[in-house]
Amino acid sequence: MSETTGESTAREASGTDTQERGFVGRLLGGLVRVREVSILIVLVGLALYFQAANGAFLSQQNILSLAQYAVPYVVIASALCLLLICGEIDLSVGQSFAFAPIVMYLAYDKLFLVLPLAVLVGLAAVAVVGLINGLITVYLDVSSLITTLGMFFLLAGLNVTLTGGFPATTPETSPVTQILGEGAWSGTIWALVIVAVLQLVLLRTRWGLHTYATGGNPLGAREAGVSIARIKIGNFILCGVLGGFVGIIESFRINSIDPLAGGPDIVLLCIAAAVIGGTALLGGVGTVTGAFLGALVLTILRNGFTLQGISAYTFNIILGVAILLAMILNVYVARLRGAGRA
Amino acid sequence: MENGSDFLRAEGVVKRFGAVEVLKGVDLHVSEGEVLGLIGDNGAGKSTLLKTITGFHRPDGGRILIEGDEVNLRSVSQARSLGIQTVYQDLALINELSVFHNMFLNGEMTVGPFLNNRKMKAKTAQYLEDMGVNIPSIDTEVARLSGGQRQAIAVARAVYSEAKMLLLDEPLAAMGAKEGALILDLIQRLKEERGIPMILIVHNYAQVFDVCDRVNLLRNGRIEYDKPVAESSVEELTELVVSEYRKARETGNTESG
Repeated sequence: MSETTGESTAREASGTDTQERGFVGRLLGGLVRVREVSILIVLVGLALYFQAANGAFLSQQNILSLAQYAVPYVVIASALCLLLICGEIDLSVGQSFAFAPIVMYLAYDKLFLVLPLAVLVGLAAVAVVGLINGLITVYLDVSSLITTLGMFFLLAGLNVTLTGGFPATTPETSPVTQILGEGAWSGTIWALVIVAVLQLVLLRTRWGLHTYATGGNPLGAREAGVSIARIKIGNFILCGVLGGFVGIIESFRINSIDPLAGGPDIVLLCIAAAVIGGTALLGGVGTVTGAFLGALVLTILRNGFTLQGISAYTFNIILGVAILLAMILNVYVARLRGAGRA
Repeated sequence: MENGSDFLRAEGVVKRFGAVEVLKGVDLHVSEGEVLGLIGDNGAGKSTLLKTITGFHRPDGGRILIEGDEVNLRSVSQARSLGIQTVYQDLALINELSVFHNMFLNGEMTVGPFLNNRKMKAKTAQYLEDMGVNIPSIDTEVARLSGGQRQAIAVARAVYSEAKMLLLDEPLAAMGAKEGALILDLIQRLKEERGIPMILIVHNYAQVFDVCDRVNLLRNGRIEYDKPVAESSVEELTELVVSEYRKARETGNTESG
């Protein structure tokens, strides 16, 4: 009995974490945790601050541009989130972001496929990229950091080679292009749907549960019969496909297929977004909602500073500090919880 | 021995890791309703043997028969589908997941594509109650539980997934006296009420005599000792292991090469 009492007091002592999660979790059907709430508060605080500093921040026009600007970051951070939770990383997703529209364009322009089919060809190409990332990482036992770093450069070269280094114009406006990003809010709607579906997959399906298990305790998951190879490879493919898909959406939005769209910036920002949102780089912990909110925080920071006329250099300084603070907070919370263990 | 009533039979099982032959031809059998205690020194290959039986490792030689049929296990899932459930030494629990998600790990209940959390929670609460295990909340992450509670969850998971046979790798390791008694009691009840055949890896020989029907000693990659517990004793087992140690010392430890 003393065991149980000790346990419960330790849990109370471990802070508001459990209680708050219980309360908020019940309020929102268990889909949101305390970490998301804290980042939501940061988000609202930032919005209020920028609105106070510059009345244009919450103008209709700026909200639309915020919403559009956030789309690639939100989608890639959410997709990366699942991959990070299962214990892997994809540095090449930014290049998939540029690669899919290029393949789509070539299929449309050179192979004369109808646009929807060309889009599918583009997505198939990045699915293959994800598959290769996964196969090399899982079966050849190469760290995904290295696998996808190699893939990053390979795709960067391919992107430039395939296009001759010049941007191309997207196929002319049609209902299909409207749906796929050209319509003012279409990208945002896609992003929200993708976030919602991914969060549902993560928290409410076997795939999601096994993703947590694979990253949290790979050996244990294998012993319990979870096919961690399947989970990892699947999440690599998911990450590649969604990265490519949002690349296609972005290219329709700006009417340009840019071979240089996928620099290191986009993937690093998305990793930062996921981490700020509470995803552990070592796997086992994180939520899509967190990554989504993290991506919004970064978007708002950059947009807000731009409106204030603060340079990109300053933005990087602030981003760096934000990531460090988020990580320190992570370690601190983990220590608090560790103290709660018997 | 009575071949017909063997639930599990291993014949000449060999397992190598690179140049190291851990299992050199293990013959082992467990009858219906029988609890077999498996003892042996650290590094004798007990866990390897268990993992080879459960499809975690693939044997490099020999054969494994379950209920008289030879099986070629390719995965843990396959062994599970045959009713062979294992409680590993590391428990195979996922710290980050709740008690009830761990309880149903890789055997989740679903409604369409979605997890049926409500049903899994209800079942988990019922299982733990049946077992007399007291856990603060089944929503708790298992990282927050004590060693005995974690062990109990791992055992419950194995037992309640329609196990026809249970393999337990040091179920009493790193456990207090009270928690150890809980698990021993649980094993005893499983044996009496459900007649599930079991293989138990145990370090404490006294515990062998508490629950096992027969005891096997794994040494030098083979089963070198096989007796019903009624004909054995703690002293004999201790002597068996210690004498080997003395012999090894006298001959200049030739074995560990």
